[in-house]
Amino acid sequence: MKNLAYLFIGVIFGITMFKSEAASWFRIFEMFQFQSFHMYGIIGSALLTGVIGIQLIKRFNIKSFSGHSIVIPPKTISVSRYIYGGIIFGLGWALAGACPGPMFTLLGAGFGTIGVVILFSILGTFLYGLVKDKLPH
Amino acid sequence: MSWIFEPWPWYVAGPLIALVMFSLLMVDKNFGMSSNLRTLCAICGAGHKVDFFKIDWKAQQWNLLVVLGTIIGGFIGSELLSNDTAVLINPQTVVELKAMGFQSAGSSYLPTEIFATSVLTDLKSLVIMALGGLLIGFGTRYAGGCTSGHAISGLSNLQWPSLIAVIGFFIGGLFMVNVIFPLIFSL
Repeated sequence: MKNLAYLFIGVIFGITMFKSEAASWFRIFEMFQFQSFHMYGIIGSALLTGVIGIQLIKRFNIKSFSGHSIVIPPKTISVSRYIYGGIIFGLGWALAGACPGPMFTLLGAGFGTIGVVILFSILGTFLYGLVKDKLPH
Repeated sequence: MSWIFEPWPWYVAGPLIALVMFSLLMVDKNFGMSSNLRTLCAICGAGHKVDFFKIDWKAQQWNLLVVLGTIIGGFIGSELLSNDTAVLINPQTVVELKAMGFQSAGSSYLPTEIFATSVLTDLKSLVIMALGGLLIGFGTRYAGGCTSGHAISGLSNLQWPSLIAVIGFFIGGLFMVNVIFPLIFSL
C-alpha cells in the first residue's frame, strides 16, 4: 500500500516534469540565458508553496499520516562542499539539460539516449565516493 | 480539459512539485532524487570497494519506487497527455541556438543534435552526454543534493546550506552556457 503511494507520487512528479517542460534541455538553456520566466516561475512558485507549507507544518505541529513529527534533516554546516559541489552539478545540469529527476522522466518519455547520461551520473557518484575523503568538505 | 494536453504553465507545475514534496513528508520520507544514484551504486556492489556505498540500500527502495513512478510519469506525459511535444522557447533563444547549430530548437522536446538515437555513433554527442552525466553524479553527491533536495526541499525549510548550493548550481550553469557553450558549439 505504502509502495503504491511512493509509485504514485513519482508518477505525479514525472508527469509534472514532462508537461511543464522542466525536463527539456531547451528550457534549461533558456533559463541560464535569462530569456524566459518559465523555469524561474516553476522553481519560485514551488518554493513559495513549500516555504508556506513548511511554516504551517511547524506552527501547527502537523504530523505525518503515521503520527510522526515531520522533519527535514538539517544539512551539515559547510560552505566549500556546497559551493564546489553545486558548481560541478550546475555545469552538468546545463550541459546535459537534465537533473537527477527529469532524466528518468525523459527515459520514460522514450528518449533512450538519456540512458547514457543516467549511466554516467551513476559513475560520477561512484567517483565522488572514491575520492570524497580527499576533497574539502 | 484540452489545456491538459498543452504545456503546463509554471503556476501549475510549481505547486505540484511542492505537493510532491509534502506528500513524501506525509509518508515520513524526504524529497531528493540524487540519493538514488548512490543507492544504484550500492546495488551494483560499489560497497565492496568504497565504504561510502556500504549502505542498507533496501531502506532506500521507497525512493527507487519514486524513480520508477517518475519514468512511468514521463511515459504518460509524453504518450497520453501531449498533442505536440515541441518546446516553444523564446524566439530569440531559438535564433541563437540555430546559430550554434541546433536546428531542432523550437520544434522538438530535446535537441536531436545531442539526443537522437542516430548520434550514438557521434563522438561529440556521446562526450556531451557522458560528461554531463559525470558532472551531475559527482556534483550532486558532493553538494549533498540536487534541484529537488536543495532548491526545493532545503530552501523551503530555509536552510542556509541549500542556498549556498543553489548559488553554486547557477554559477556552474551560467558558466557552462555562457562561456563553455560558445567554445564547443560555435563551429
